Amino acid sequence: MLSPEEQQEIEAELPRYPTKQAVSIDAMKIVQKHRGWVSDEALQDISEFLGLSCSDLDGVATFYNLLFRKPVGRHVVYICDSVSCWIMGGTGIAERLTQRCGARLGESTADGRFTLLPIVCLGACDHAPVMMVDDDLHLDLEPAKAENILDRYK
Amino acid sequence: METPLTQNIPRDGQPLDRKGYEGAGGYQALRKVLRSMTPAEVVEEVKTSNLRGRGGAGFPTGMKWSFMPKEVTGPRYLVANADEMEPGTFKDRFLLEGNPHQLLEGMMIAAYAMQVNVAYVFLRGEYKRAAQAISQGIAEAYAAQYLGKEIAGSSYSLDIYLHLSAGRYMCGEETGLLNALEGKRANPRAKPPFPPVSGLWGKPTTVNNVETLCNVPHIIANGAAWFKGLSRSKDGGTKLYGASGKVQRPGLWELPMGTTIREILEEHAGGMREGLRFRGLLPGGASTDFLTEEHLDVPMDFTEVQKAGSRMGTGTMIVLDDRTCPVGMVWNLEHFFAQESCGWCTPCWSGLGWAERILSAMEAGRGEPGDIEKLAFQTKFLAPGNTFCALAPGAAEPLQSALKYFRDDFEQHIREKRCPWRSM
Repeated sequence: MLSPEEQQEIEAELPRYPTKQAVSIDAMKIVQKHRGWVSDEALQDISEFLGLSCSDLDGVATFYNLLFRKPVGRHVVYICDSVSCWIMGGTGIAERLTQRCGARLGESTADGRFTLLPIVCLGACDHAPVMMVDDDLHLDLEPAKAENILDRYK
Repeated sequence: METPLTQNIPRDGQPLDRKGYEGAGGYQALRKVLRSMTPAEVVEEVKTSNLRGRGGAGFPTGMKWSFMPKEVTGPRYLVANADEMEPGTFKDRFLLEGNPHQLLEGMMIAAYAMQVNVAYVFLRGEYKRAAQAISQGIAEAYAAQYLGKEIAGSSYSLDIYLHLSAGRYMCGEETGLLNALEGKRANPRAKPPFPPVSGLWGKPTTVNNVETLCNVPHIIANGAAWFKGLSRSKDGGTKLYGASGKVQRPGLWELPMGTTIREILEEHAGGMREGLRFRGLLPGGASTDFLTEEHLDVPMDFTEVQKAGSRMGTGTMIVLDDRTCPVGMVWNLEHFFAQESCGWCTPCWSGLGWAERILSAMEAGRGEPGDIEKLAFQTKFLAPGNTFCALAPGAAEPLQSALKYFRDDFEQHIREKRCPWRSM
């Protein structure tokens, strides 16, 4: 069952669009905000609430980079792997952070603190290499600086 | 030198609020349009200004608007494409975060010109600060009656909603974006019918880039002739140009349209970093052909860059230096395109994966004689006309031009069975 809070937030999106289907992405983002990820159960809840098929919803969920169909850590670290960051040493950032976390890109740390993900260009190429931790963008990185930044996220 | 798009952006990193925007002359163009211009006159003024779409394709904006059916028979939509996801591109972010009302006023005028009553800002989910700035801007605009019923004392009504995307490069493609807004996978749609005939929920729809829309209030306030005068070329206006890579001062600058590549690189970006030499650049994002030293005096506008064999694209250049491997760079680009392919058309999902694997093998020292020919074949296979959208043809652009300009580097990888830059 969707929580009353989740229902209320999804309902608030409905008047902005002429169809219920249009809200499906917002609905999954809302549920993910509350539960951390979009589980099979969450898909079922949304599908009943919006009257959409579960498999259609799953097709949408698996299409988008920012919808998680697996549990993630308390903090999600998005490391840009696009071209400007690559030129400026982004690979070194990813190497250092995967080493420090003992997790590869796409995986979570054993203690559930971090999930490391590659992300496409974050649109801050004049400050490459960059990464985003949760909602915060971090610029002009070097491996040691990136590692120190992670310390701030408990 | 006039810089209408960026001059009012505060330097403290905070967005310009409604009062600040009005204080700088903001919303005067909207009032002028509502008071004294018909929708057709607005379209005509934008046509005359030679404003061309800043999302990358450079389609004349006024003409695009004129494709909307004249007779209003039901709902119709305008979408601001703020899904800035072209690798190497960071221009719309600056406008969104710094001056949200400029975009909103541009949208209001565009919506009025096309007699649209509902518009969306389609913003990529990663742009958190932009989302904050735009939602605050929309709230301020409703509070001041620039949005809602009978805006600014007129009989015209308009709602603008912010849609935060869940992230995928395909959402930047016009018809993929429409599917995403409808809550579907962002696969492209067959064209025709084009969006002005059948767009969002099958209704007439126009999609414009953020920078394009931000120009509109200035064109209306100052006139088409003034706008054309800002430019050094036939395309009207200023342009946000950028440079990333190993230049002295990576950054973003608003300059007259048609400023040469050399001026942007040398005067604004300060040339290459100490000890590095320039080898080439992608003039406007990942999906544009490489240009080299011989092209440095090409003016950055849609026509001239095309004549030089590339596209101006988004106008934000990615610079390749002599200590960075061109094959590695192209591998990075094709990896991106292969990953972001939505899987809808065979040349794209199959061809890009193939090209990416060949490049990956080359970098790992497993290149084979014949690989260059296979890559060259892929660029033909991915050419315009073979796919529903421009993702695959865009992906072919850096690859085909790298094969042309950096062929020796590809051959060296295969011959020496290693990446010559790895040991550097």
